[in-house]
Amino acid sequence: MSKYTEEELKIELENKEYEYGFYTDIESDTFPNGLNEDIVRAISLKKEEPEWMTEWRLEAFRAWEQMIEPEWANVHYEKPKFQDISYYSAPMKKPKYNSLDEVDPELLDTFKKLGISLDEQKKLAGVAVDIVMDSVSVATTFKQTLAEKGIIFCSISEAIKEHPELVKKYLGTVVPQKDNFYAALNSAVFSDGSFCYIPKGVRCPMELSTYFRINQAGTGQFERTLVVADEGSYVSYLEGCTAPSRDENQLHAAVVELIALDDAEIKYSTVQNWFPGDKTGKGGVYNFVTKRGLCERNAKISWTQVETGSAVTWKYPSCVLKGDNSVGEFYSIAVTNNYQQADTGTKMIHLGKNTKSTIISKGISAGKSQNSYRGLVQIASRAENARNFSQCDSLLMGNSCGAHTFPYIESKNTSAQIEHEATTSKIGEDQVFYCNQRGIPTEKAIALIVNGFSKEVLNKLPMEFAVEAQKLLEISLEGSVG
Amino acid sequence: MLSIKNLHASVEDKEILKGINLEVKAGEVHAIMGPNGSGKSTLSSVIAGKEDYEVTDGEIVLEGEDIGELAPEERAHKGVFLSFQYPVEIPGVSVTNFMKTAINESRKAKGLEEMPANEMLKLIREKSELLEIDRKFLSRSLNEGFSGGEKKRNEIFQMAMLEPKLAILDETDSGLDIDALRIVANGVNKLRSKDNAVIVITHYQRLLDYIVPDYVHVLYNGKIVKSGGKELAYELEEKGYDWIKSEN
Repeated sequence: MSKYTEEELKIELENKEYEYGFYTDIESDTFPNGLNEDIVRAISLKKEEPEWMTEWRLEAFRAWEQMIEPEWANVHYEKPKFQDISYYSAPMKKPKYNSLDEVDPELLDTFKKLGISLDEQKKLAGVAVDIVMDSVSVATTFKQTLAEKGIIFCSISEAIKEHPELVKKYLGTVVPQKDNFYAALNSAVFSDGSFCYIPKGVRCPMELSTYFRINQAGTGQFERTLVVADEGSYVSYLEGCTAPSRDENQLHAAVVELIALDDAEIKYSTVQNWFPGDKTGKGGVYNFVTKRGLCERNAKISWTQVETGSAVTWKYPSCVLKGDNSVGEFYSIAVTNNYQQADTGTKMIHLGKNTKSTIISKGISAGKSQNSYRGLVQIASRAENARNFSQCDSLLMGNSCGAHTFPYIESKNTSAQIEHEATTSKIGEDQVFYCNQRGIPTEKAIALIVNGFSKEVLNKLPMEFAVEAQKLLEISLEGSVG
Repeated sequence: MLSIKNLHASVEDKEILKGINLEVKAGEVHAIMGPNGSGKSTLSSVIAGKEDYEVTDGEIVLEGEDIGELAPEERAHKGVFLSFQYPVEIPGVSVTNFMKTAINESRKAKGLEEMPANEMLKLIREKSELLEIDRKFLSRSLNEGFSGGEKKRNEIFQMAMLEPKLAILDETDSGLDIDALRIVANGVNKLRSKDNAVIVITHYQRLLDYIVPDYVHVLYNGKIVKSGGKELAYELEEKGYDWIKSEN
């Protein structure tokens, strides 16, 4: 057998199609392209929302009209044409299922291709799955078990109808309608998403998870997630995404709000694998997300994310540490390959006394990609004894990619302790040869080295997610050493 | 076991190996000695298949099969093991995890199933006891923060785990104090058998007091210029490499 060089490997992998690139043909009810007050009203009407919700959306829309798309991120892309997007698409059949037999077989087939069939999910002990497919939740499992504990886990549309008092009280309190351009857009047109409420003192007995999937050509996705953990409660929430491949860019602008009341804890984990575009940089998802959590007294919020997808990512899961002794954590792995661009990081806003935050960011860049960490640590004047530890590590593969770190630190209190560490390294040929000599092929060697590099963050993921995340890292980086 | 014939190799068009001939039979230990820059490490890298080197002539035959065109991992699967002079660090990857991956990749290449976890644990326990290695050591990141002695012991531990047919020890004695040297050498001796062979590459005779060779070869300027029994090593120690240089 002849020598199988890295160059050959690289070529083979570049030609490999996006693994989850297929398209499901399910009849959809899609709005005409464009956005105006009538469309916003129509969305609200379609979803049978109460008047207050319609008004809330309109307020957001009016604010959005006055706003300008932000340009400060270290990413370059063709701006979406907001009037060329259809803002609503829902599967035509809106059934409520009691068993899998009633589900559209084509939809089940899609899940099977994704390797996340409901069948499997049901068997995965302790995981309730609320699947968002093209904006409308089509199946919810384990709901009854949760209901017994008083936990509410449903689509946001359902929550607006069934639990208006909770939605009204918390929606937009962490990410206001006018927070930023994309948050305003989301607030106006959000199609669906998830809602979760954990009552006082309740420990959610299972990991809550949602799988998102963009399915309708040319349809922007505007998910809205709201998680409220009442006093002394605990919840771990998992979010995972894959998307079919498309030629035109797909816009994704989600908003996630987390509220941890006194002594509560929320763990929010994401594995993001939107279509990143092909090897020439064509296509791919634009992912402009606003994620923020609010911690009251003694509360804790942990964000863990594994970002491997999207052509352009703009995402800063943040914590507002309002209550005394509250804790914010951010653990992130961001992988970029080919022409992907990611500008991601976090904001830790210390308002209360004795607040603590930890930031561990691992950026891996390959191909011709650009990977930026952007983080803000802000200590307010009354935040006595606030502490932060930040660590940003970058791993480079080849000579055509870039890694950037933009740490911002603003401290208005002299008792604050802030630490920042940063490293940049490159996968060495010596490391790869060492692995080869022990019988480990190059591709596997790279996966091993990358997993080692990312270990501190992978360890923070729930078990079944960690396995999936490791596989994703392997798929995303195959053949990228140079 | 190993038969090297007229091996020529160069790096960036500079010829370093200029016609090496070497026959190693199962059960034998061969020492290769020589001054700095004589091509000792190049020879070990070329046998292991490092791509920086270009083989311009000759052949490397392992158990009747020419392995000269195989990728490094394929040679490893066939039983070639190189104990590195400077083992690399792989942060976040434990020694155990690394070994598990290496063993299973070899098994996969041979069409075998992955080794069951309990067998793997048993093997690890056995080998770490044989080499008197504290098992806590095995959960540390590969070579990260290891002392010189720990790195070399770790190489020998890997050799024990992988059970190679041909082990090449590249300057395993460099950077070791006398105690560490003894421990490492004892490990190698425990692993010797009638079915495997060892090539020891070294500057100094002292390692050969512990790992006693059947043959000693002197490498100079890319060629083996002298071969003999273990007494050749003493002669070299006594007369120094200038003796070789003046003769060639």
